[in-house]
Amino acid sequence: MSGVPVSMAGALNRALADALADDPAVLVFGEDVGPLGGVFRVTDGLAARFGEARVFDTPLAESGIVGTAIGMAMNGLRPVVEMQFDAFAYPAFEQITSHLAKMRNRTRGRVSLPVVIRVPYGGGIGGVEHHCDSSEAYYAHTPGLTVVTPGTPDDAYHLLRASIASPDPVIFLEPKRRYWTKGELSDVAVPMDRAVVRRPGADVTLIAYGPLMATALETAEAAVEEGWEVEVVDLRSLSPFDDATVCASVRRTGRAVVVHEASGFGGYGAEVVARVTERCFHHLHAPVLRVTGFDVPYPPPKLEEHHLPGVDRILDAIARLQWDDEVVGCRGA
Amino acid sequence: MSPTRERTLLPTDEPLSLLDKDGSPVAGSPLVMPDDDVLLELHRRMVVGRRFDTQATALTRQGRLAVYPSSRGQEACEVGSVLALRPADWLFPTYRDTVALVTRGVDPAEALTLLQGDWHSGYDPCAHRVGPQCTPLATNTLHAVGFAHAARLKGEDTSVLVLLGDGATSEGDTHEALNFAGVWRAPVVFLVQNNGYAISVPMSKQNAAPSLAHKGIGYGVPSVLVDGNDVAAVYAVVREALESGGPTLIEARTYRIEAHTNADDATRYRTPDEVAAWLDRDPVDRIEAYLTSRGLLDAARRSAVAAEAEEFAARVRAELNADRPRDPAALFEHVYATPTAQLREQAAALAEELA
Ligand SMILES: Cc1ncc(C[n+]2csc(CCOP(=O)(O)OP(=O)(O)O)c2C)c(N)n1
Repeated sequence: MSGVPVSMAGALNRALADALADDPAVLVFGEDVGPLGGVFRVTDGLAARFGEARVFDTPLAESGIVGTAIGMAMNGLRPVVEMQFDAFAYPAFEQITSHLAKMRNRTRGRVSLPVVIRVPYGGGIGGVEHHCDSSEAYYAHTPGLTVVTPGTPDDAYHLLRASIASPDPVIFLEPKRRYWTKGELSDVAVPMDRAVVRRPGADVTLIAYGPLMATALETAEAAVEEGWEVEVVDLRSLSPFDDATVCASVRRTGRAVVVHEASGFGGYGAEVVARVTERCFHHLHAPVLRVTGFDVPYPPPKLEEHHLPGVDRILDAIARLQWDDEVVGCRGA
Repeated sequence: MSPTRERTLLPTDEPLSLLDKDGSPVAGSPLVMPDDDVLLELHRRMVVGRRFDTQATALTRQGRLAVYPSSRGQEACEVGSVLALRPADWLFPTYRDTVALVTRGVDPAEALTLLQGDWHSGYDPCAHRVGPQCTPLATNTLHAVGFAHAARLKGEDTSVLVLLGDGATSEGDTHEALNFAGVWRAPVVFLVQNNGYAISVPMSKQNAAPSLAHKGIGYGVPSVLVDGNDVAAVYAVVREALESGGPTLIEARTYRIEAHTNADDATRYRTPDEVAAWLDRDPVDRIEAYLTSRGLLDAARRSAVAAEAEEFAARVRAELNADRPRDPAALFEHVYATPTAQLREQAAALAEELA
């Protein structure tokens, strides 16, 4: 697309602008997304360029934003709405789970809702309470929703374009602490249901997504010193889940660790572990481990570093996979 | 907007009406009396709607419907509001509004699919311009506002009618919807069928404002209080509101004669005297008395309408008594536009289980 590196926020902005330019049915609305350009500036300049009828501020009411988006989509438009922060999407939860996710199903395919809900999520920015939740498990648990989260600017651009083009509602989770990470954009479309191997390695599969993609890659780098070749899989699509890519990797390596920021209990990682165990049991040399945030409400900013999984904690988990073949004697051929 | 009435934010102290409880015209009403042919049509649809309602209630006793929330007593709202819609307009109903659906032309068996337990919504919303019936209270108000706003953005001359109950006015979504509608000046009409109770909870425990219509004032939405058992008045205010091009909140004072659903025991929260007082204000009797006094409704027409209602009920009975085939594979078909790998696997597993 261009060789100039762009931030993830910039990539999202470009995706919105291109979608607005390509399809007059696309609308962007939410709280402060108009002239201000959103609190993270993801919608910067869009109102000026596309006008108030297509990019606009709404009253401050999340259920209202999603509920009206549903009505607009029923009437042929393609709303892309912003929830200002993860935990502030909860007032809209009923509209999302009871209606957005189910409209196609209850009308047996006669009404589809091409709505994208952008949710800046996760911690690591020193935010106060309610600004750092990882809410992916709530959405991924809901049939009818597609849930995606980019780990790179390139994925951010292409996944958002694909999400807006999708005939089904998409929860688009933006890892807010990576908004300022830069990368180049390619011309290659990204499918909405495919994981990707970000870095090959023969010894262990590290499964990550969104905000922890960068941490996973750092971990893989650090693991080289230990003599471990870590393969990093970026899920990108949390629902649907790409069993094929994940299982192919785990079958190659025989060991896996899943990482995410959200609390572990009943969390998204539990689903990944279950699926990998069910499908790859005979290839596994060790239990599939999780490294997650603690089972506590998101901590205050000065304590968040203790909560968030970092390189050391992930390396510890990799070490716990007992990979001293000599000692354990279980490394398959 | 009717030239006879100014659109104000403040509702009247007393409900607006055109016919008193005995069917005599109300002197000095600010509302425009519908034309004779409209009045006859309102009457015909109310009689058919009521017969349909009794039939549906009977079908629950025979186990053909899982549940049925009757709207007996509320026919003036169900029919008067729907007939006020133009073909291009849309309706967003609740679970109680099955009579509104059949009045809009939805096939009765399709209208009852939800309550029959066959599927969540039986009809094609786009074919009838009727959103799926909403069970979560008040959520449909926002869909209606969004739909109306989209129509405005697209330059379409479409207004939207959303039905809700008195209990639903307490939900946050109602307030968000009124606020959005006020700010956007969306062409949407909120018709609150105030039937006195939210299951068992009476108005006194639901609302502290002088009326439910008063709730529009704070949102800048013109508000109307209307006699909900006067079909001519309901038709007139809804028509006027639809034509205003902006939002309107209408509170229609009415009463549900039956229990909340067939599963409810209404004697636990209201007295027979109260029910009797409302039976005395029956909406069907009222329009019949008026039309008869005007010489518009004679014995012949009355029996023709009754016969049509019987025929309609017989059709509903026949359709619901026939067992319809159900396809378990349908479970997986409409979750996403294209089934995911996970759903394809599960569909195959179920097919194998059933083979
Ligand atoms: C969000 C929500 N909460 C609770 C219920 C359970 N419920 C179903 S009907 C009802 C009462 C509704 O009363 P009202 O809005 O006055 O409508 P009516 O049934 O009288 O037509 C309740 C509490 C529901 N359907 N949705």
